[in-house]
Amino acid sequence: MNQKKSKKPMIISLCLIAAVYIGVFIAEQFIPQQSMLFIVLKKGAVYALVAVSMNLLNGFTGIFSLGQAGFMLVGAYVYGIFTIPVAERMNVYQYFDGGLVQFTVPVIIAMIFSGLAAALFAFLIGLPVLRLKSDYLAIATLGFAEIIRAIFQWNGLGRITNSSNMLNMFPTFNDFNILGPDGKVTVYLSTLIPFIMAGVCILLIVLLINSTYGRALKAIRDDEVAAEAMGINLAHHKRLAFCVSSFFAGVGGAMLAMYQTTVQAKSFTSAMTYEILLIVVIGGIGSVTGSVLSSFLFVACSEWWLRFLDEKQIIGNFEVPLLRIGFRMVVFSVIIMIVVLFFRKGIMGDKELPDLLSRSRKAKGRAGK
Amino acid sequence: MLKVTDLVVSYGGIEALKGISFDVEQGQIVTLIGANGAGKSTTLRTISGLVRPKAGRIYFEGRDITDLNTQKIVETGIAMVPEGRRVFVNLTVLENLRIGAYLRKDKAVIEEDINYVYELFPRLKERSWQLAGTLSGGEQQMLAVGRAVMTRPKLIMMDEPSLGLAPLVVKDIFKIIETLKSTGMTVLLIEQNANAALHACDYAYVMETGRITTSGTGEELLASEAIQEAYLGKSSKK
Repeated sequence: MNQKKSKKPMIISLCLIAAVYIGVFIAEQFIPQQSMLFIVLKKGAVYALVAVSMNLLNGFTGIFSLGQAGFMLVGAYVYGIFTIPVAERMNVYQYFDGGLVQFTVPVIIAMIFSGLAAALFAFLIGLPVLRLKSDYLAIATLGFAEIIRAIFQWNGLGRITNSSNMLNMFPTFNDFNILGPDGKVTVYLSTLIPFIMAGVCILLIVLLINSTYGRALKAIRDDEVAAEAMGINLAHHKRLAFCVSSFFAGVGGAMLAMYQTTVQAKSFTSAMTYEILLIVVIGGIGSVTGSVLSSFLFVACSEWWLRFLDEKQIIGNFEVPLLRIGFRMVVFSVIIMIVVLFFRKGIMGDKELPDLLSRSRKAKGRAGK
Repeated sequence: MLKVTDLVVSYGGIEALKGISFDVEQGQIVTLIGANGAGKSTTLRTISGLVRPKAGRIYFEGRDITDLNTQKIVETGIAMVPEGRRVFVNLTVLENLRIGAYLRKDKAVIEEDINYVYELFPRLKERSWQLAGTLSGGEQQMLAVGRAVMTRPKLIMMDEPSLGLAPLVVKDIFKIIETLKSTGMTVLLIEQNANAALHACDYAYVMETGRITTSGTGEELLASEAIQEAYLGKSSKK
């Protein structure tokens, strides 16, 4: 069986991750910015963070929550509200006399605000909702996300949320590029920075999962009664997991705002939560690595690799039948069905990157003998 | 050490315990025996704070623990081995043991205690990186006991540790209980396997539908005609 963990797979995986970051940095300098690659990488990074935060709740604590889009919405709005330059407020809040908030904070602080706001909402909602179990909890959190979406579009809050009009003009990923004195970009960072943001957040989540707290969360997932009998305070730990997960969903929401360059409440639908849930399930419930990998795969498939299916394709004189707008989604659904049928536990199961490396090493060793 | 007085517990309108009182003396093995539905498990669950009593008090080392929450009760030194083992199947053996020490802050002593548990159950040491779900029933029971030992309890309560185990393994489990006693731990044991329990215990209480009907030392109850008839089967005399 899985013997005492050696350090080597851990070091190899750290090197791999570092290589990915360096690769992203180099690619960014030499490949034109319009390439689909960067859209996929940026959105993938955002989704990876949100998926991991959802996995913390659904995979590691066993709380089946569907409120992710709601917490992302809170995060995205808070980010927008605190970072739109004061000079632009008159334009953005044109129906509300420039809005209520008349100052800005640095991007990092605004992102932390986003997380804290989402965590605060989570705390308040958690008070009644965390008493529920499984499906009922899912329904209640889903309902919360819908209510939040409606409230943020309410005219009465217009001076803060701009009601159903969108927020824009706030700093986006492109603002991270370093400009030369002539106004041209000298160093491209617009993909690397989101990678670093997501990476730091995911690292924090991984540290939490591997701490004593994380072990208690897993114990709750496995058997609530036994966990309680061991002296684990169920209510406290569930609330902690719920708030931490929402904090990072809020930060993810802020990043999504930067990616999209605009924020509008009506785009944070339950379909978004389902996309993320799908990523978590495909990646493997209880695997951080799986969530990260599958969010990039998911975004790449839905935005890039399957695009050609939406257009007329002519090979030689033969026009491929069936291809038309929307066919992409049909193929995409079939792929998802195949994945769910043949990879019951997702692509990673509950394995992480180091586990994978140590296992493959062992397999090689055995083959060598 | 543990004193329960006039404990009444009801689930909805049904009284599961109708005012029971009993004592557990320091360093003894005390057992509650009785048929299904007699209220044995409810008694344990109430002592460990998972169920709230309607009336009656529970004292542990002279302190009233009736209204404490489970976490506080574990901290005072009462550990429970729940019915049906209930190990954390997706955690490794070692992680399960660490969960047992969850409320403790003394890191160095925790490592010592893990080694102590491995001494008690060498089988667990062999399998320390295995997921608990892949252990056999007997090994899981050892793990459940080991996990409870990791809380450094003064009193360890076991709910039907022999349930669903092969007779040979049951023998092992009772050996473990004796070992725990020899290390100075007090054991409150619930059993349907009255014969084995009465042989192992210092003192026994017999429960019937929410009441304690008889009590006495293990030998006394083993010798008693009524008990033999009800729980041991008349032919059990060898």
